[in-house]
Amino acid sequence: MDITKIPHINEVSAFHGEYKPEDCEKKSTVRFDERQKASRKVLPSIEEAIKRSGLKDGMTISFHHHFRNGDYVVNMVVDQIAKMGIKNLTLAASSLTDCHWPLIDHIKNGVINHIETSGLRGKLAEEISRGLMDFPIIFRSHGGRAAAIETEELHIDVAFLGAPSCDPYGNANGYNRDDENSSCCGSLGYAKLDAQHADKCIVITDHLVNFPNAPFGIPESRVDWVVVVDNIGDPKGIMSGATRYTKNPKELLIAKTAADVIEASGYFEDNFSMQMGSGGASLATARFLRDKMIEKDIKCRFALGGITGQIVQMHEEGLVKRILDVQSFDLIAANSLKNNRFHQQIDASYYASYVNRGAAVNQLDFVILSALEIDVDFNVNVMTGSDGVIRGAVGGHPDTAAGASLTVVTAPLLRGRIPTVCERVNTICTPGNTIDVLVTDQGVAVNPNRPELKEKLIAAGLPVTTIEKLKERAEKVVGKPEPIQYKDRIVGVLMYRNNTVIDVIRQIKED
Amino acid sequence: MNIITTGVAGTMESSDIIVTVEPKAGEGIDLTLESDVMQQFGKQIEKVIRDTLAELGVNSACVSAVDKGALDCTVAARTMAAAYRAAESTDYVFNEVKKK
Repeated sequence: MDITKIPHINEVSAFHGEYKPEDCEKKSTVRFDERQKASRKVLPSIEEAIKRSGLKDGMTISFHHHFRNGDYVVNMVVDQIAKMGIKNLTLAASSLTDCHWPLIDHIKNGVINHIETSGLRGKLAEEISRGLMDFPIIFRSHGGRAAAIETEELHIDVAFLGAPSCDPYGNANGYNRDDENSSCCGSLGYAKLDAQHADKCIVITDHLVNFPNAPFGIPESRVDWVVVVDNIGDPKGIMSGATRYTKNPKELLIAKTAADVIEASGYFEDNFSMQMGSGGASLATARFLRDKMIEKDIKCRFALGGITGQIVQMHEEGLVKRILDVQSFDLIAANSLKNNRFHQQIDASYYASYVNRGAAVNQLDFVILSALEIDVDFNVNVMTGSDGVIRGAVGGHPDTAAGASLTVVTAPLLRGRIPTVCERVNTICTPGNTIDVLVTDQGVAVNPNRPELKEKLIAAGLPVTTIEKLKERAEKVVGKPEPIQYKDRIVGVLMYRNNTVIDVIRQIKED
Repeated sequence: MNIITTGVAGTMESSDIIVTVEPKAGEGIDLTLESDVMQQFGKQIEKVIRDTLAELGVNSACVSAVDKGALDCTVAARTMAAAYRAAESTDYVFNEVKKK
């Protein structure tokens, strides 16, 4: 038969001519167990994977930060890339931390000439603040990065994704159901998105398990190659046993006040939704909320975000119905993701992107966040220290602040001699118009754009004052700090969650 | 007040300052200061130390101070204690430290 005679055949999409048996891949007849051992995806070395990926000068590589300060993957991969003589790469990590200081040499020798990340700490951050790089660091929130990746504006050529378990076909996960000795990071939320959009995706694991490694965080359909190494990270740095409740009385006071604010706000009703930031006071708020939930007999429909053992405890007690987990903050959270059916792993776009068809941050009643500094216009800095040096991460701060109906920032009024409430923050990470309430150990301030909220809090007998008064109070105790001296050179750019420039970080002046 | 030996007061705890006062040949106060909040409060801390010594009538001394974010009242109190010890004087008059 002449297939060209089929009516309209040339208008049919996905039409590849006539079937010929010899053009099709020959089917395998060996036992599946033998077949998976011979999987062509499994490569003998990172070097081989880099070669196969076609990585060239000027391309963009990506990494996730689920291994926190225990990560070996970034340094291992960039060392290998340097040995192979590839230069001028953009390193687009979901975040970077203290353990990534060896990147300093790879910046100096020209392997990395541009970095995108959510955060930066330690020696690398200090060197950047002193002007190490010509190209400023681009800081994006978790939602802003997700949006940039899914619109392909930030195009990832090769993603190198560490995973505590993976099968020979690339089904990867943040825990291991086959071997208890494996390291465990819980959710792979940030890696999931990179796997979804990168041209080439390489999973690096230290535990190759039998197919199928289900349930999986990253599906084999997105994975090109798998490399097995001795160690993907230091388990102790990847995860601490449990996030401990603070014993600091000042933080406990702040947490108790924050819980009272939420109770009085009108958002603490049955089926509410919430997210807790990772600061001491914001975490401790969970404990006080738990007591109030039991007392009032109300349940939380879902808890979002970075998940801790406190949230898991409330889930297992039936107080929190569902957990949406983009990042597990401790081992209890990671094990809950592994064992609890209604503890759901989500990716960074689902969590916080502003361009997709629905992000969970927009379904939040309230979020409790922390701040290094907050100014009289409620702008928040979570990025630069009081000396102007980079030592923080934007994370999901601006995303959740914009999404939640009630955004509460918790912070001590003073940290040593440094006032938290100031005239103008060093670096704006989250704009003040998205912050509703500031809770300090010395009073509560409500954003003037929420007068109805202020009335509710006053009616509940909370210690409500104005942010200007909090600032004056701080200055009365410690004095008025002199502003930090910077040079003109820009070393970092803060992108708001819609990827517009909200602020810049300049080189520090040291003399 | 004459400085005749080495006097130390304070600790390295946060929100404290450790002040060391030593004899010096000739007039004047030689001051070295290290502080966690040098950029924001360095000048103010130096002013408090110098004013406190002037009030005590200390005209000649080598002073070194390591600050961990102490408030002005702490800076003044530690400076006074170090000066009294360095002068081997027990002639204290206890009263409130006045705001500088």
